Amino acid sequence: MIEIQALTKYYGDRKAVGPLSFSIAKGEIVGLLGLNGAGKTTTLRILACDLLPSSGSVRVDGLDVVDNPDDVRARVGYLPDHPPLYDEMTVAEYLLFAAKIRGLTGAEARKRVDEVTHETSLRGVRDDVISTLSHGYRQRVGIAQAIVHKPQLLVLDEPISGLDPVQIVEMRELVRNLRHEHTTLISSHFLSEISETCDRLLVMREGEIVAAGTEEELSTRLLEGGSIIITVRGDGAHAKRLLTTVKDVRAVEVVGGHHGSTTTLRVDAVRDIREDACRTLVLADIGILELTRSERELESIFLTLARPDGAENGARS
Amino acid sequence: MRNALLIAGRELRSYLRSPLGWIVAAAMLLLDGLLFQVGAMGGAKLSAQVLADFFYYSSGITMVGAIALSMRLIAHEREKGTLVLINTAPIRDTEIVGGKFIALFTFITGVTLLTAYMPALIFVNGRVSIGHIVVGYAGIVLLGASAIAIGLFASAFARTQVIAAVLGAAILGVMLLLWMAAKVADPPVSGFILGLALHHERQRAFMNGVLRLENVVYYLVITYFFLLAAIKTMEARRWR
Repeated sequence: MIEIQALTKYYGDRKAVGPLSFSIAKGEIVGLLGLNGAGKTTTLRILACDLLPSSGSVRVDGLDVVDNPDDVRARVGYLPDHPPLYDEMTVAEYLLFAAKIRGLTGAEARKRVDEVTHETSLRGVRDDVISTLSHGYRQRVGIAQAIVHKPQLLVLDEPISGLDPVQIVEMRELVRNLRHEHTTLISSHFLSEISETCDRLLVMREGEIVAAGTEEELSTRLLEGGSIIITVRGDGAHAKRLLTTVKDVRAVEVVGGHHGSTTTLRVDAVRDIREDACRTLVLADIGILELTRSERELESIFLTLARPDGAENGARS
Repeated sequence: MRNALLIAGRELRSYLRSPLGWIVAAAMLLLDGLLFQVGAMGGAKLSAQVLADFFYYSSGITMVGAIALSMRLIAHEREKGTLVLINTAPIRDTEIVGGKFIALFTFITGVTLLTAYMPALIFVNGRVSIGHIVVGYAGIVLLGASAIAIGLFASAFARTQVIAAVLGAAILGVMLLLWMAAKVADPPVSGFILGLALHHERQRAFMNGVLRLENVVYYLVITYFFLLAAIKTMEARRWR
């Protein structure tokens, strides 16, 4: 669906992106990660035909963004980091306008507006003026305008930014529901925000991809294993002893103390030992209430890759 | 054309839904009325002179109104982040600029034509030809179109509305004052410079009810030139 070869983009003498090469298959949800200034937004703007590349080839559905910009635009739905909303319009008017300028006829546009307001849970506010909407609803309207013309490729620039925890969960659900109809590229500077939503992650630093793969692949390659958090029944002493015996475990420590009848343990290992740890505890008849990768670990993967001073580690990928 | 009309329709509705559109329209009509009463109708004059004076004042007000509203056409959308919506839709830059122009031209022409009762008042105590009125308004409308095109170019070029307003006013000011530069130049350069002046000789003919093809063509060329400059500026910005 997306093929990018040796893309570069300069703002004056300053290189913002490149050389950048990657491809995304149809139906994938891919996360583009990077700190501010890594080149994510510039890359997405080029894909949406808002900017032209300085050099290289960018193809969407086989069409070059320089040679066939209007054909590409018709295939792409784009939500920039600040939703492009006309405050004085109502939600329905705005979506109707967005649909029509993407080439839909009046009847088609009205039908699609009904559908997308349903998909994005905007029916209750469809006649509200956009300036009166909360941040979460504005973000939803932004997504609705991006999908109103049923694009093959959906490009979302930090759609979760600024949302509260409930809205983040709703937004993740919304993006997941869109996977059946669109190939999706989402950018973020928080790994934890999109790792649950995406099939694959691309990490950008200083305009280049420094790592690609699933969260687990990145973790395995960069941290040679990582940490898991296990909550077990009991005081945890027996579980701690058993987990220490699991192959490749480096350390086990109790975190957050003992709460009632449960204990939370942090296990550091040189490889992914989730399966082995689980089996060991279950065979010993220790109840496992929760087993998860550490959030701290997610962020450390990201920081290792994305920070300029993480170049050495990033190069290992 | 469909896309240009879609953009024009949205833009026009935004004037009517925002205080700015109403404030500019009200200010234009108020100033037109005051200047008609105090300036054009002041003193003993022939009816045709009253009408010519009215068109003189009204042309200035239309220019100021056009620049005041045109500064926001593109720069405001760039500042608000909404330009990306139309930039990433399958619409050509020609249609974007065309739509913006049509919207503001419709608005300014509408407000200008609302002053038509003032020339009509001349008929109470005097007599002017309908042709004079029509030609005078044609001159104002053409001048308004040129001012909008200049403002639209400034708005496409500048990052902010304030810079767009300053740039648009500067270009308009230079083009208005070219007749002064013509005074200090020698022929044939003086004639060339005078021919470029936006208001002085060109509008005088319209104000007096004289329709000259060269003046009509001049305003159409100025409008086309600055609209083309705005389109090329929009295209160039994508390469930045």
